[in-house]
Amino acid sequence: MSVETVSGSLGLGDRQKLAYIASQAADARLNVELETEGMTLNIGPQHPATHGTLRIICRLDGEQVVWAEPSAGYMHRGYEKLTEVRTFPQVTSLVNRIDWLGSFANEVPFILAAEKLMGIEAPPRAQHIRTILFELSRIANVSLFLGDLGVQMGAVTPVFMAFRDREYVLNLIEGATGGRFHPNFDRIGGLKDDLPKGWIDETRGVMRKLRNFCDEIETLLFGNEIFQARMRGIGVIPKDIGLQYGLSGANLRASGVDYDLRRDQHLPMAWDKVDWKVWTHPDGDSFARCWIRLMETRESTLIVDRLLDTIPSGAIMAKVPRIIKVPEGEAWVSTENPLGEMGYYVVSKGDLGPFRVKIRSASFNNISIVPWVLRGVLVPDIITILASLYFILGDIDR
Amino acid sequence: MSPLPSDTPVAELPGDALRERAVDQLRAAIGDALIDTLVKPGDDVWVRVRTDAWREAGLALRDRLGMDNFGFVSAIDWLPSPFGRGEDDPTAPPVERDTTIKQGYTGGETRFQLLARVSSTALHYGINIKTDVPDDDLTVQSWIPVYAGANWHERETHEMFGIEFAGHPDLRNMYLPTGFEGYPLRKDFPLLARHVKTWPGIVDVEPLPGEPEQAATDEGTAE
Repeated sequence: MSVETVSGSLGLGDRQKLAYIASQAADARLNVELETEGMTLNIGPQHPATHGTLRIICRLDGEQVVWAEPSAGYMHRGYEKLTEVRTFPQVTSLVNRIDWLGSFANEVPFILAAEKLMGIEAPPRAQHIRTILFELSRIANVSLFLGDLGVQMGAVTPVFMAFRDREYVLNLIEGATGGRFHPNFDRIGGLKDDLPKGWIDETRGVMRKLRNFCDEIETLLFGNEIFQARMRGIGVIPKDIGLQYGLSGANLRASGVDYDLRRDQHLPMAWDKVDWKVWTHPDGDSFARCWIRLMETRESTLIVDRLLDTIPSGAIMAKVPRIIKVPEGEAWVSTENPLGEMGYYVVSKGDLGPFRVKIRSASFNNISIVPWVLRGVLVPDIITILASLYFILGDIDR
Repeated sequence: MSPLPSDTPVAELPGDALRERAVDQLRAAIGDALIDTLVKPGDDVWVRVRTDAWREAGLALRDRLGMDNFGFVSAIDWLPSPFGRGEDDPTAPPVERDTTIKQGYTGGETRFQLLARVSSTALHYGINIKTDVPDDDLTVQSWIPVYAGANWHERETHEMFGIEFAGHPDLRNMYLPTGFEGYPLRKDFPLLARHVKTWPGIVDVEPLPGEPEQAATDEGTAE
């Protein structure tokens, strides 16, 4: 059956995929006829496309990858062991450094797990501010991704725009928490401080700037012909494969799975207090993954805007003892972090510190699909696929 | 739980009935290999299965219960650490610690337990599943045929706890150098940073301003 007859009954996305597969098959046949020799290509540990020190070993046949294996572990810091010698409030300063671009979002699920074990809940105002800061860290994280995306394909301008506009968001985070990268602001039972004066108005202005940034990126990058040619139909991850590997976040929603932990679970956070959308894309290719992140950044600015309108008054700390002992028990809490599902399985024995903390970070699962998705792609596509999967090394190695 | 605004689709959110049903479905699928269960109201569900039914339970979760989204596989070492939190004074006599093994939710009989979590993207809830790892033979079936993503998680668990996975094609180290001795996440593996240098928290104790200078007077009387 030729490709044409099959594609007649299929949608545009499927036709692109089939054409891509056909071109790959033709290349492979050519390679067999020419008796090309295989070679091993080592990418990293130092490479601009790896956001840290991820090393990827690829075996090539001509221009095609026949086998690829990421080699992580250059930045393993052993946080799961370190949590066992820390008290509960001290752990937040560790987990801050897992996904270092969206630090505040890492603290939240751990604190929620500890609160769940203690049977307390933060006051509504603290929940609201937590959610706002959570979304701000998502914007700071993903806006850098959007800028960096151009660099992977030789377009240097977007990254300057991203650094320019991320600065405003970091200033906001600094204004509220005192820390630009590692706020360490979340406490068991609430937050360290209330918002400073004038912060809310300033945030509204910054959110407008960020929406402009999203528009700029959309016209400059997503509408660009080269960008589309490099991204469309490349690195397609079908829905069931993505779920098997435990992908989460934008990578999963780009494969058409309508699943967002902000919406799909009960958490003492404020996402259910405002109206917002979950974006999905049916294609599952590199373009879809990037597009989802663009739309989510824009949606996040709207979430922040709407939350700012509805901040309740009241306390920002619940009543907690000065020395925090967490009762015996086990709890799992995961949230929809900038990179995907980030969860903590916390085991407490009624002590000052946790007995065991299993950190389920998003990038670890997102990158474990790399051997599958890189098989059969061309060498220049390795970079765009890795960029579109979006990982932070600290989030893989922990 | 705070009441939700009326326009939020509450019906789609998980409930305890859903979790109870999941336990019943799992029992119907694997029978008496399901040893113990715990449904905490409004929180989560835990199940413990027999070690030889680990893969069977995974397949039942995936195919019968619709748990399509893989979360993680890891392990717990239930032996309380003989080093405490590593804050002992090296000059003081060694501290006696209770090292009785006491398992958490859904009980257990062995020191190591395997722990996994899978969830359903359609029904929006997840299951924590545990199994005992026999003390004399730290081997469990691999979950790779069930969830492909288990590959890296099992490699990590193998190097951190020394648990073998039967049927795993490639249990190379992920983080540690090849030939590393010991299993870092076991409780009897000391955190070396706390042993080569004393924890500063016990060395320089300064009195708070305004409080009686207890430390200073102690020093004074010792001299």
